[in-house]
Amino acid sequence: MENLIGIFLNSVFTGNILLAYFLGMCSFVAVSKNIDTAIGLGFAVVFVLTVTTPVNWLIYNYLLAPGALYWLGFPNLNLSFLKFILFIAVIAAMVQAIEMIIDRFSAALYAGLGVFLPLIAVNCAILGTSLFMVERNHTFIESVVFGFGSGVGWLMAIVSMAAIRIKLRYANPPYGMEGYGLTMIVTGLMAMAFMLFSGIVF
Amino acid sequence: MNPGVKTLIMNKTLQIFLRPIWTDNPINIQMLGICSALAVTVQLKTAFVMALSMTFVLSCSSLMISLLRKQIPKNIRIIVELSIISTFVILTDEFLRAYMYDVSKQLSVFVGLIITNCIVLGRAEAFALSNPPHLAFIDGVGNGFGYGSVLLIVAFFRELLGSGTLFGIQMVPDVLYKAGYVDAGFMLLAPAAFIIIGLLVWLQKAVAGKRELDQ
Repeated sequence: MENLIGIFLNSVFTGNILLAYFLGMCSFVAVSKNIDTAIGLGFAVVFVLTVTTPVNWLIYNYLLAPGALYWLGFPNLNLSFLKFILFIAVIAAMVQAIEMIIDRFSAALYAGLGVFLPLIAVNCAILGTSLFMVERNHTFIESVVFGFGSGVGWLMAIVSMAAIRIKLRYANPPYGMEGYGLTMIVTGLMAMAFMLFSGIVF
Repeated sequence: MNPGVKTLIMNKTLQIFLRPIWTDNPINIQMLGICSALAVTVQLKTAFVMALSMTFVLSCSSLMISLLRKQIPKNIRIIVELSIISTFVILTDEFLRAYMYDVSKQLSVFVGLIITNCIVLGRAEAFALSNPPHLAFIDGVGNGFGYGSVLLIVAFFRELLGSGTLFGIQMVPDVLYKAGYVDAGFMLLAPAAFIIIGLLVWLQKAVAGKRELDQ
């Protein structure tokens, strides 16, 4: 249990998927202009990450990992090189499925998240979390917690960025610095603030 | 073919190649593919390998998608594009693991993340799907170089200021260290990458904007 809390806090703060590993930057920069859309996209990412990371864990550990196919009678088979193509297929399919399910059962949620879901399929944070999950040898439960924590970390980063950018709208930056350049610098300062958490041992 | 038309074609090809390197730089101007650009720039060596892998994947997948552009059905084009891209990424990853194991360990998941790099899919959608193969290939190489040049510039500063080396060779003379010079460890951390890219964007926008005013 302590271990799970550790993984959660680590993926939200010290190992923040965006501020420490730079994943999901493209949509982070593009969508953080407005706080409502930032919250919408953030929750969509939490949702998709919590679902796809465990699904990819199952696929990796029962189909792709070295020796994973022993239950089919192929104990020497190592298909792990197929992980990229299979993970991205799973992510694209899950995003599509989630979109249809939400559309069927909750019109309000669909109106809020619907537009962002297709964007998420190519968000590096999603694939990155699955690949980190493989690299760090998480167990199934750990992969659920890790996926959820990464999502929460990303949500927190994009919402605080959107809040900062709203304030910055009234700032008067030097020519060429406005918009994207300033966003990068502010992200750098945020990353610095998040690094302070790294002194805490979970 | 008369020479006038020929130079025109040459110019167009050259333009397709050069545009992404400066005026349409994928990282600095279009804000694409930043994710991986930041993480691999602690050392010039990893940045260089990453830039080459990216150029390879980008040019080959653009070429392939452009060759197949009339066969790919519109509705499922994204998944077709993603499978083509991931095939080349798998090739690159296996190659790196076989011949440059230590670099491949350092790059860790970031080679795999070329799949979701917005530049690759962006070029496939915006250019390769509507242009002939040779132009798509050149566009891919150009974008790869545009991406790579930013990576190398960032890595140059981070490695020089952060560890005092370039490509692993010591650059800061011992005299300086003896006189009390200390490497800026901050340069090796995540925030420095964001700030350097921010400053680069500022520089490029300021210079490009000034040139527009002059004309």
